[in-house]
Amino acid sequence: MSQEWLNTLVFAAWLAGAAAFVLGLHQMNSPATARGGNRLSAGGMAVAVIATLIWLILRPGGLSSFALVIIVAGFVIGGGLGFYLARGVKMTAMPQLVSLFNAVGGGAAALVAIDDYIRGVSLGHIDVPTAIFVVLGAVIGSVTFSGSLIAGGKLQGVIAGKPIIFPGSRLVTIAMALITLIGFVVLVLGAAGTIVLSSAVAILLLALIVVAALIFGITMVLPIGGADMPVVISLLNSFTGTAAAMAGFVINNPVLIIAGALVGASGAILTKLMADAMNRSIANIMVGGFGGGDSGAVAITGAEGGSVREISPDDAAIQLAYAQKVIVVPGYGLAVAQAQHAVRELAELLESRGVEVSYAIHPVAGRMPGHMNVLLAEANVPYPQLREMEEVNPEFARADVALVVGANDVTNPAARTNPASPIYGMPILDVDAAKSIVVIKRSMGRGYAGIDNELYTNPKTGMLFADAKEGLAQLAQAVKAL
Amino acid sequence: MSQDLLNALALFVLAILVGFEVISKVPATLHTPLMSGANSIHGIVLVGAMLIAATADNTLSYLLAFVAVVFGAANVVGGYVVTDRMLQMFRKRPNAPAAGKAEK
Repeated sequence: MSQEWLNTLVFAAWLAGAAAFVLGLHQMNSPATARGGNRLSAGGMAVAVIATLIWLILRPGGLSSFALVIIVAGFVIGGGLGFYLARGVKMTAMPQLVSLFNAVGGGAAALVAIDDYIRGVSLGHIDVPTAIFVVLGAVIGSVTFSGSLIAGGKLQGVIAGKPIIFPGSRLVTIAMALITLIGFVVLVLGAAGTIVLSSAVAILLLALIVVAALIFGITMVLPIGGADMPVVISLLNSFTGTAAAMAGFVINNPVLIIAGALVGASGAILTKLMADAMNRSIANIMVGGFGGGDSGAVAITGAEGGSVREISPDDAAIQLAYAQKVIVVPGYGLAVAQAQHAVRELAELLESRGVEVSYAIHPVAGRMPGHMNVLLAEANVPYPQLREMEEVNPEFARADVALVVGANDVTNPAARTNPASPIYGMPILDVDAAKSIVVIKRSMGRGYAGIDNELYTNPKTGMLFADAKEGLAQLAQAVKAL
Repeated sequence: MSQDLLNALALFVLAILVGFEVISKVPATLHTPLMSGANSIHGIVLVGAMLIAATADNTLSYLLAFVAVVFGAANVVGGYVVTDRMLQMFRKRPNAPAAGKAEK
């Protein structure tokens, strides 16, 4: 086969891959087609990767056997590790795994850019556009790498979830940003020939920029509270896409540019949707300092002076069993307690008694957008029963019981009524409109935002103090006994 | 600017617009799988990593390329597998109580 044919074929394979990514993402519009969409996208990826390998081997000069070993060994090790982690992860721990994959993706993009720069500089030809894209790719990729690792660490609990602000941390962040910016300008001027940089100096400068970007990623994410991690992960995901596109510019590869831009844009939209769901701007979230993290132990009553009514599992079970309509409001507490199966069992018991059960899902319930839907789907809850906020809010007034399981801030009426509250203006689930409310909660501890919830002192509310899984099991037991 | 670069920029801008268009219709239910699916797509840097591995000619280059391939492959394989696992759980109605096994 002639060289031209080979080039055309590999280009066609790359385009086919890019088309599969777009169509695959498009099919994620509906739960019915989403799995097929993901497989289509994976198929496109396989075509692009395999075509690249064949092209590398067949093209004139071929692939040195050492390079082939590097590629195959790297793929087996990286792919094997990814496969192992992806198969074994618990669905509750999924956000941190996605964060980890995001980190390595960003790292790979940075490495591609860095390697190309080192080669170009040693050969003495780096033009201005290449220098720009190299630094952008290396910087964005490095920020994503370290930032995603910190975000994942926070979600995993390895790093404290609460905002971490050490004296001068803002200064460090700003200093790192400045170093990156100045280095960027110097390298671009060097490429333009305005200033003369020896190749060793240029490479050292790029290394300095990368280190500064890595530190920047760390100090950027540390001050952000755990409750905002979903937004951060989504934003970093968008960054990685952009870094991949920059790497694509550097090595002039269309599929990297298309796929990277696609992910960059979709990630940006998703980030915006989530920030909107919390009624906060992305900038406000990135500045950080919001939310106390998982403060569990702060045992105090709800709003000042209000008294809390405790309810026994038996009483709560009677309310539930003789209700016509029950809306379950699941939150992160349910995820932590792995109670998704327990809640489905209770719901099935109630349904067998003729109770209509649905689930109200707040857009930021859980630790990732849509995380709660995944957990409930894992427990075999049919997805038509999962209702989004706007759709379900008018229905609370017709519900006999709202059963809140481990959700806190997303039910706090202060978001509607108290302008002084940090969550004021955040759209919430109108749980307090239900005829009666049962809250399963471990203690009177505060939620992630670190504020009191006056729902708990509402006279309509009965508090069932228990771990989400235990509480649900007690309720199911009591319903069975009726 | 070279013609190659201009073409690449055109691709970039069009792909961004496609990204906006495709995502704005996805329901919140699917946001997690979507993010995870998009996350696997940027694993395409694996192709970039393979290309730099092919042109590597010194130890440092080989090392960088190797780490890049490991990272990219982990991103691609792990990303798609975990997304598939998530999506296989979305069912219209429960068929078999396979996932409902008691967790005692």
